[in-house]
Amino acid sequence: MSVSVGSGQAGDGAGLLLREVTKRFGTTEAVAGVDLEVPPHGRLAIVGPSGCGKSTLLNMICGLDEPTGGTIEVLGATTAPQRLRRCAWMPQRDLLLPWRDVLGNAALALENRGVRRAAARRQVAPMAARFGLAGFEDKLPRELSGGMRQRVSFLRTLVAGKEVLLLDEPFGALDSITRGDLQQWLRGALDEEPRTVVLVTHDVEEALLLGRQVAVMSPRPGRIAVTFGVDPVLTEGSRREVLKRTEFTALRDTILSVLEAPAR
Amino acid sequence: MRLFLRVLPTVAIVAALAAIWEAASHWFGVPDYIFPSLDSIFATMADQWQGTLASAAWTTTVEVLAGFALAFVVAVTLAAALHSSRTARNAVYPLLIGSQAVPIVVIAPVLTIIFGFTITPKLIVVALICFFPIVVNTVDGLASADPELLRVMRTLDGGKWASFRRVEAPAALPSMFSGLRIAATYAPIGAVFGEFAGSQNGLGYLMIQATPQLETSLVFAAIFLLTAEAIAGFLAVTAIERICCPWAREGKR
Repeated sequence: MSVSVGSGQAGDGAGLLLREVTKRFGTTEAVAGVDLEVPPHGRLAIVGPSGCGKSTLLNMICGLDEPTGGTIEVLGATTAPQRLRRCAWMPQRDLLLPWRDVLGNAALALENRGVRRAAARRQVAPMAARFGLAGFEDKLPRELSGGMRQRVSFLRTLVAGKEVLLLDEPFGALDSITRGDLQQWLRGALDEEPRTVVLVTHDVEEALLLGRQVAVMSPRPGRIAVTFGVDPVLTEGSRREVLKRTEFTALRDTILSVLEAPAR
Repeated sequence: MRLFLRVLPTVAIVAALAAIWEAASHWFGVPDYIFPSLDSIFATMADQWQGTLASAAWTTTVEVLAGFALAFVVAVTLAAALHSSRTARNAVYPLLIGSQAVPIVVIAPVLTIIFGFTITPKLIVVALICFFPIVVNTVDGLASADPELLRVMRTLDGGKWASFRRVEAPAALPSMFSGLRIAATYAPIGAVFGEFAGSQNGLGYLMIQATPQLETSLVFAAIFLLTAEAIAGFLAVTAIERICCPWAREGKR
């Protein structure tokens, strides 16, 4: 089994740095001693069984919650409010505001920073078009399909202009066809606008398609079992081409075998 | 056509009730001062509209609208305060519930002693009846915002005020309107209580004047007008809600 830490540029100017991070809720230990490192503009995918503390980990990186022990550094920031300023977070549910149309939802972060409503809408309009939302700018969320809602949600996250994107099973609530489309689309979007990304998923394929590193978490209490580097060459081309590659399926199989191994 | 089909059942029930009423009052030969027939009530309404009923209905309408507006402002402000502070909630909520146990019928004359035969005591009575359902529903509505959405707001640089304004307040609207609908239906009763305690005009005043003179059909005419006011208030609130929260209409029949 190949065990490698995917980032070559350790130490100097790290994007994300987690050291011995633990989280306890009462007497339950949710996350136990996690060490992680993601270079700037790196993409880390975390896979693990449900309830292994993946989401808890994201919430802590984000600054929405503080770890019980250990340190988290996001582009040099260590306190929760500072981390919150550098991280955008996208949970599994799209959580759009039902009373705001597409542009209104996408422009939320700008308005929160004091940009006037009309100006904020003008600013996000061209992005909405690039996100395949042209013609739907003034539709309410309930008039959109699940895939479109998720794209609006992602647009809203990007518009916040944070250096770090934390995606918590962003496509988990979608059917497999839409999910495949959006994975393909997100890869393009991230190549266009590179950010430091941590993606949490229980879908190994998705982790390999979107991550440059894949960390496998063990079940409760959550810790990182292994980290795999994903060679960019492996995921070049369209989603269908990638999925056919034998090296890709071999790596997927290796990761699945780690996930299926009885808890140590 | 759709509107017609929707109101048809109501119209049918009202027509049936009216027919039974009319038939009963005529066939059994009950005198009008005990149980007036519908046609005598409407005749009274037509006769006494000018001068008596019109000005009484107007007086009561003003009391209802002013009292309702007062209740709305106080209730929504209070709800926002209760929502933002747990201490305020713990301190004030029991008092709010207690205030509903105070018999309005007893308070109304006391208010008249304090404020005289002015509009003020009626306004206070209407507001007292109206504000409770508004406060309770608005507080519930403010608390109904999705907690995960509020966390998203924090990552989108939204402070407490931004979250209140852009998430919690809009989320509270449908619930607040439920409270307003209840309040609008109760408001006319409040005005009548206020007028019973001492007044010089209004539908309640008219009823209390007409009853001892056995002008029963005038009493019923006043009741009909009061009922119409309550229904109009309810419909008006519903119409405003449709304009304010078009996004909440789906899934509602």
